[in-house]
Amino acid sequence: MLLLWLLIIPFIGGLLCWCAERLGPAIPRFIALITTSLVFCVSILLFVRGHYHLQTIGDYPRWAMAVTLPWVPRLGITFSLAVDGLSLLMVGLTGFVGVFAVLCSWREVTQRVGFFHLNLMWIIGAVCGVFLAVDLFLFFSFWEVMLVPMFFLIALWGHDSPYKTRVQAATKFFIYTQASGLLMLLAILGLVYVHYTQTHEITFNYMQLWGTEMSPALSMILMLGFFVAFAVKLPVVPLHGWLPDAHGQAPTAGSVDLAGILIKTAAYGLLRFALPLFPAASAQFAPIAMIFGVVSIYYGAIIAFSQTDIKRLVACSSISHMGFGLVGIYAGSHLALQGVVVMMVAHAFSAAGLFIVCGQIYERTHTRDMRQMSGLFGRVGSMSGYSLILLMASCGVPGTGNFVGEFMILFGSFSEAPWIVICAAGGLLFSAIYSLIILQRIYFGKPVSNAPLRRLSPREGGMLLLLVMLLFLVGLYPHTVMELSSQPMAEVSHWFSHTRVMP
Amino acid sequence: MLAFILLFPLVGALLLMIFRHMPRALAGVIGVGSVTLAAVMVAVVDVCWLFHSQGAGWSQTLWTWMADTMPLIGGKGASFFIPFVLRLDGLSLTMVSVITGVGALIHLFAAWYMLEDRKANPGYLFTRFFACMNLFVFAMLLLVLGGNMLVMFFGWEGVGVCSYLLIGYYHRDAMKTWAAFKAFIMTRLGDIFLAVAMFMIFCALGTLDMGEIPLRAAEVWHKHDVMVEVIALLILGGAVGKSAQLPLQTWLADAMAGPTPVSALIHAATMVTAGVYLIARLHGLYLLAPFALNMVGVVGAVTLVMAGFIALAQRDIKRILAYSTMSQLGYMFVALGCGAWRAALFHLMTHAFFKALLFLASGSVIVACHHEQDITQMGGLAKRLRLPWASFMIGGASLAALPVVTAGFYSKDAILWQSFASGHYGLWAAGLVGAFLTGLYTARLIILVFYGRPAHSSHPVEVPSGWMHHFPLVCLCILATGIGALIHPPVEKVLPAVILQSWPEAVELLHMVVASCVGLAGIGVALLLFSGERRLIKAVVRTRPGRAVWTFLSHACGFDALYDRLFVRSFLFITLPHCPQWFKDWLAKWRGGALAWPHRGHRADWIDLAMDFLPAVTRLGSRTLSRTQNGLLRHYAVFFLAGAACILLILTLG
Repeated sequence: MLLLWLLIIPFIGGLLCWCAERLGPAIPRFIALITTSLVFCVSILLFVRGHYHLQTIGDYPRWAMAVTLPWVPRLGITFSLAVDGLSLLMVGLTGFVGVFAVLCSWREVTQRVGFFHLNLMWIIGAVCGVFLAVDLFLFFSFWEVMLVPMFFLIALWGHDSPYKTRVQAATKFFIYTQASGLLMLLAILGLVYVHYTQTHEITFNYMQLWGTEMSPALSMILMLGFFVAFAVKLPVVPLHGWLPDAHGQAPTAGSVDLAGILIKTAAYGLLRFALPLFPAASAQFAPIAMIFGVVSIYYGAIIAFSQTDIKRLVACSSISHMGFGLVGIYAGSHLALQGVVVMMVAHAFSAAGLFIVCGQIYERTHTRDMRQMSGLFGRVGSMSGYSLILLMASCGVPGTGNFVGEFMILFGSFSEAPWIVICAAGGLLFSAIYSLIILQRIYFGKPVSNAPLRRLSPREGGMLLLLVMLLFLVGLYPHTVMELSSQPMAEVSHWFSHTRVMP
Repeated sequence: MLAFILLFPLVGALLLMIFRHMPRALAGVIGVGSVTLAAVMVAVVDVCWLFHSQGAGWSQTLWTWMADTMPLIGGKGASFFIPFVLRLDGLSLTMVSVITGVGALIHLFAAWYMLEDRKANPGYLFTRFFACMNLFVFAMLLLVLGGNMLVMFFGWEGVGVCSYLLIGYYHRDAMKTWAAFKAFIMTRLGDIFLAVAMFMIFCALGTLDMGEIPLRAAEVWHKHDVMVEVIALLILGGAVGKSAQLPLQTWLADAMAGPTPVSALIHAATMVTAGVYLIARLHGLYLLAPFALNMVGVVGAVTLVMAGFIALAQRDIKRILAYSTMSQLGYMFVALGCGAWRAALFHLMTHAFFKALLFLASGSVIVACHHEQDITQMGGLAKRLRLPWASFMIGGASLAALPVVTAGFYSKDAILWQSFASGHYGLWAAGLVGAFLTGLYTARLIILVFYGRPAHSSHPVEVPSGWMHHFPLVCLCILATGIGALIHPPVEKVLPAVILQSWPEAVELLHMVVASCVGLAGIGVALLLFSGERRLIKAVVRTRPGRAVWTFLSHACGFDALYDRLFVRSFLFITLPHCPQWFKDWLAKWRGGALAWPHRGHRADWIDLAMDFLPAVTRLGSRTLSRTQNGLLRHYAVFFLAGAACILLILTLG
């Protein structure tokens, strides 16, 4: 029942926000804050109630908690949710990042406050649904539901830039993800049909579709359907075009959500569906996927360097970071997969922090063009220190969670694909270049003016402090994260490597 | 116990970072005090060590940093287990003593220097400087105390970050922050080599523990194994980045943009020696990889000669010292390349003394001359700046290895003799050339700064005063003399002795005399060339080849220009949006038309630009078709008739 609450709270909370708009702009904000905090509390409760430590690895994933309600019995569609360590971690992260998304738009959003928070809450609800659903149709529904509020968030509260309006960016985002979502729907239907021809039973249940026998070619095609959908969302390089535009035009809260949790759904999808459902095809595809990962690392880093808009720069850096994730996922060893999880958590903190900083800079300088701001160091108080730490995290300096994640991925993948790892490690140089170039361009150099800018308010400073402390915590003591995800990652690694040995 | 040594600088740094606007006096007390406390603690450990002499040393595990219980698929059953472990043995004790001892003196001097510096550069945070310095000491201690490679790497990257922050301390000067950027990126390149070496070591040996690596390596690999050679070369790549050796040396001279105490601490005494420490620490691997070990020596030899030549043609007092540091690090690499690990460590220690002394003294000269750094603008300072002059004389004598009385003589002689006696004649010859050059550029520096006619008298020289200025200089002066050479690093149980051919005692003595004569000859030639009116050298530089050589050397043999062409410009070429002219024309032709490309906000994202082709085509199709929907009955009739005719035609033909 707790699992259902995770969905009910944000959807109801969102409606309440909308209704409460007529009572004044502050009320929806507080309702949204309470809602996201509740989501986070429920995930803590789940953590306390369930058993997530490493046990024996069976043929099926070991759920800590599951709930199934009938939905469309004729087509074998059920409303089934389940949670294991990985989904718990992701749901907790969703609640946590949600709180930050609400807090960072506290003063930024002044128009249609209620509807804004409705969208924000529904994104969080839908993302929770994606992380919990174990019925493929349900998963697909949440996957699509997630897009609509995000579209509105960008289109209604975004920023226009001289060469791209927010509506264009929102449309681009929607078309990219919608089109790739359709491919996933086709793949899901194909899988269900194959299962039907064998057992004469229509079902969308994840556990029942498990291990469906099919020809290698067909399984490769179906796997690619899933892969493309997730690759657009991750994003992987040839399909990344929507991301810089969406981030560049989105409001701060939208960017925080997008970078913090939305793109994590793709990595989650790969780990939950693409790899376990099609282990053989995935293993066969692994080298190509890893090459895509390396290309993403370099391409993301290079286009990040060339941006002049600070938010687009941070957005492009996520492409580079997620490239490491892709390499780790398809390396498939337990160590690498654990590294991917740690990296996702750390990246959620560091990217959310950087986008919050971007928002705060914009509130002070009223521009996001890095050419027009220089010498901010010493003018914005402690913000420069926080951004320094966040940027160091982004280029993977030890002590921060990103280092632990990236190095565990690289250590774990080296025995599988040494050359890929060597190439990926070269990307660390470029990540240093684009991270330092931010410092160089906006913080250092001759100040544009000597007028002091507004210092961080306790709300703004508190957010950054908490994120920075969490980054250090993950960087120095990553066990809490690793223990939670150990069981599911062991399972994925087991199925993945098992098939690899067989052929 | 060990953790406490680390804790003092860390707590100091955190306090200074959190309370950024504390009074300056308090900031000084915290900044200097934390390192001094650490130094006192280390002194206690040193004394304990002397009396108990715990042979192999001891280690302390703080917590498990990263651990993964599942064995790797191809990893031969090894699991990933990285404890946060500190390990103290003779080698790390030597390093720790140098870092905290010399570090505390430099911090004390820095408290004086930064107060003076505020007059010239107002508006920079005093606490930020000491916070970064303390954090640096913490990271450097972690580097040398790290009991496994990943903990060591933590410190390794940490010192890089602190070095970046301190070089770019004057953040309003874009040139200085670019120098910091360059230093970080170039050392980061080396770090990547080191990281790849770690991956390979873990993959092959299943451990990253410093103590276990050599043992397992000896089991897994035989001598000359390709794998171990590659790993050793990659580690060398990391070491040359940090220690500014060829080919990653160009950042060190630019790193002088930071405040002078920073150069003394980071770019002379401690951080740049990290590469030497790393190779000495992993000497077990290098003993299995003779080719890589040879390369260590060759890199060192080439760097030491080249840096010596470049130092001759510099005018900035700090850059001369920077190239001299590079050259002295080259000596240490030569020693490592000969397998003379102990001599390398010995030279590391004495070099820390005399080079820190030289940098601090140059700091006080710079302050006295109102932040003038060009030595041709100085001159005749000997009488007015007594203590800096004395420091320069002692430090310079030690650098040029003046026989018997200086610390540098003993360590450099050890390196030269051991390279000769172990049969590395090439490296030995390079060392001798370097010794000559060292004497030459050191004497040139001292003559130009302290003797001769004052270049200009418009600015009266400000004589530095205060015990915070005097005490560190005097202490380092004492250490830079033969007294410093009495301290022998307790590394006998960690580092093996070098294998020497048996030469009679007389040859060793003769060699000592020859080597010191070479150094003295350098000083003598400098006296001839640079004292007085410098007619000869001026005449040579005026000739065409003389000018060419001068330009070549003063531009550091053109490495900066080469790297700029090869890497920087090519990187900028692919990142910044350059498009060929025909493409621009083509765009201009279609701009405003149906196939209008969206304005290029993409900035070099060519894939996304290509993706925009699809909407552009769609738009074109939409315009074309909507043009048919024009409401003119004539057109509809024509289309109707044409369509009907086509269908009839198809029907009759079909």
